[in-house]
Amino acid sequence: MKFFNTAWRNIRRSPYQAFSAILIMTLTFLVISFFVFILVGSSTIINFFESKPQVTAFFKNDAKQEDINDLQNRLSQSGEIASIKFVSKQQALEIYKQQNKDDPLLLDLVTADVLPASFEISAVKIEDLGGISDTLKKSTIVSEVIYQKDVVSALTSWTNAIRQIGLALVILLSAVSIFIMVTIIGIKISHKKEDIEIMKLIGATSWYIRWPFIIEGVTYGVVGALIGWTIAVGTLLYATPFLESFLKGIPVLPVSFISLLELLMIELILAALLGIISSYLAVLRYLKT
Amino acid sequence: MIKLEGVSKKFGTGSFGLSEINLVIDKGEFLFLVGATGSGKTTLFRILIRDLLPTEGKVKVGELDVVNLARPKLSTLRKMIGVVFQDLKLLNDRTIFENVMLPLDVSGENAIKATEKVERILRKVGIYEHKDKFPIQLSGGELQRVAIARALVLSPEIILADEPTGNLDAATSWEIVKILSDINKEGTTIIMATHNTDIVKSMDKRIVHIDKGKIVKDENKKHTGVKDKEKKEEEKEDKKE
Repeated sequence: MKFFNTAWRNIRRSPYQAFSAILIMTLTFLVISFFVFILVGSSTIINFFESKPQVTAFFKNDAKQEDINDLQNRLSQSGEIASIKFVSKQQALEIYKQQNKDDPLLLDLVTADVLPASFEISAVKIEDLGGISDTLKKSTIVSEVIYQKDVVSALTSWTNAIRQIGLALVILLSAVSIFIMVTIIGIKISHKKEDIEIMKLIGATSWYIRWPFIIEGVTYGVVGALIGWTIAVGTLLYATPFLESFLKGIPVLPVSFISLLELLMIELILAALLGIISSYLAVLRYLKT
Repeated sequence: MIKLEGVSKKFGTGSFGLSEINLVIDKGEFLFLVGATGSGKTTLFRILIRDLLPTEGKVKVGELDVVNLARPKLSTLRKMIGVVFQDLKLLNDRTIFENVMLPLDVSGENAIKATEKVERILRKVGIYEHKDKFPIQLSGGELQRVAIARALVLSPEIILADEPTGNLDAATSWEIVKILSDINKEGTTIIMATHNTDIVKSMDKRIVHIDKGKIVKDENKKHTGVKDKEKKEEEKEDKKE
């Protein structure tokens, strides 16, 4: 408890330095929080698109059911197919009706004969989509093949880029915050040099002198993480209605409160670690005991 | 017991702080270390608490070999020796109570017991009423008492007092010496560095004169340690019988 009191006294007596340390930690954890949101969100979006039919093959009107079954068997046996679903003309009409239920004019114009039967196919791997698409195009009973390779590929490459840039940013900010914290705690140690000397002369051990500085570093980290997380979550909650309408149909939002608390816990642990590392480095650098 | 054998200290500048010091101080002794400014008194004290290492020689404090002391044992040595520093070395941002509490805090003493102990010591040296003040609010004599209280609070076996009467008026100086003398009567070894000849002459204590880092005179050298006090008391009792 006495170490906490000493650490609190150190923080209180140099508020501007404490503010700077907390500010850099807040910035770091704000970026980390946004990075995690973007990463988790984009992964969910990719999973959503991957779970959707990635290839749709429309059959010619004269396609026979035996030929369709034969093509289905061939595709299923290839090992590249995660799922394959046959949509009959009647089912296609039902889907059409569902999608246009508010527009009776459109409903009157369309009958089951107009709509083609189709296959909705999901691949095990995105890179197999091209092969599957080629197989379907070569089939004499298929009239048109549509596949979303471009969408998923683009999303995957964007996510990879975000992951790399985000990770680099987090590492850079963590390094900067450690550097700034080492400097701030180092300045405090220098200011208290005489006090430290006196403590050593009356028998204080090295750890007696070190502990308050370590606690101080952890405090800056934890407070910074708490503020950074709060700002990030506040922004996310504020933007949720807009994002929900933008990402219509993709089940990314709202983020569960448990997940946000889990993120907070991880960030607090990380913040404490950053605080310990910075203050220990400062103590090693400035407090040669 | 404190024992210095052939202790020399040569500084980086090439000058000698101490030269071939041989000195034995018994447990319970009251010794005046007399010499002019720069004669080596403070250097000797700093070596005793291992704030400085001698260039040559052996130093023993109790059972501890000060020169070859392992780092973890350093706090043990410093808890054995209470020091009243020449510049007092009080923490200006802490109250008198907190300053005196510091050695107990450092040694991990129970807070309730430590508080009782600090209050008792503050009463003993006569500054209890100032316990919530800061050093800047006290006079020179009062600050000396705070420094003595801090040196005393761990009940050390030895007290090193470096010029504790420097810059004090005669009456206050005598009060300080009386406090140290009372502590000595309880069995604590006192080594007091001073150049106040009035005080030294009027006390019947051992006087070691130091000049340019060398012991030049050792007056009234007699065994006044605890063992001898005990012997004297036994002799008195025998006579009574």
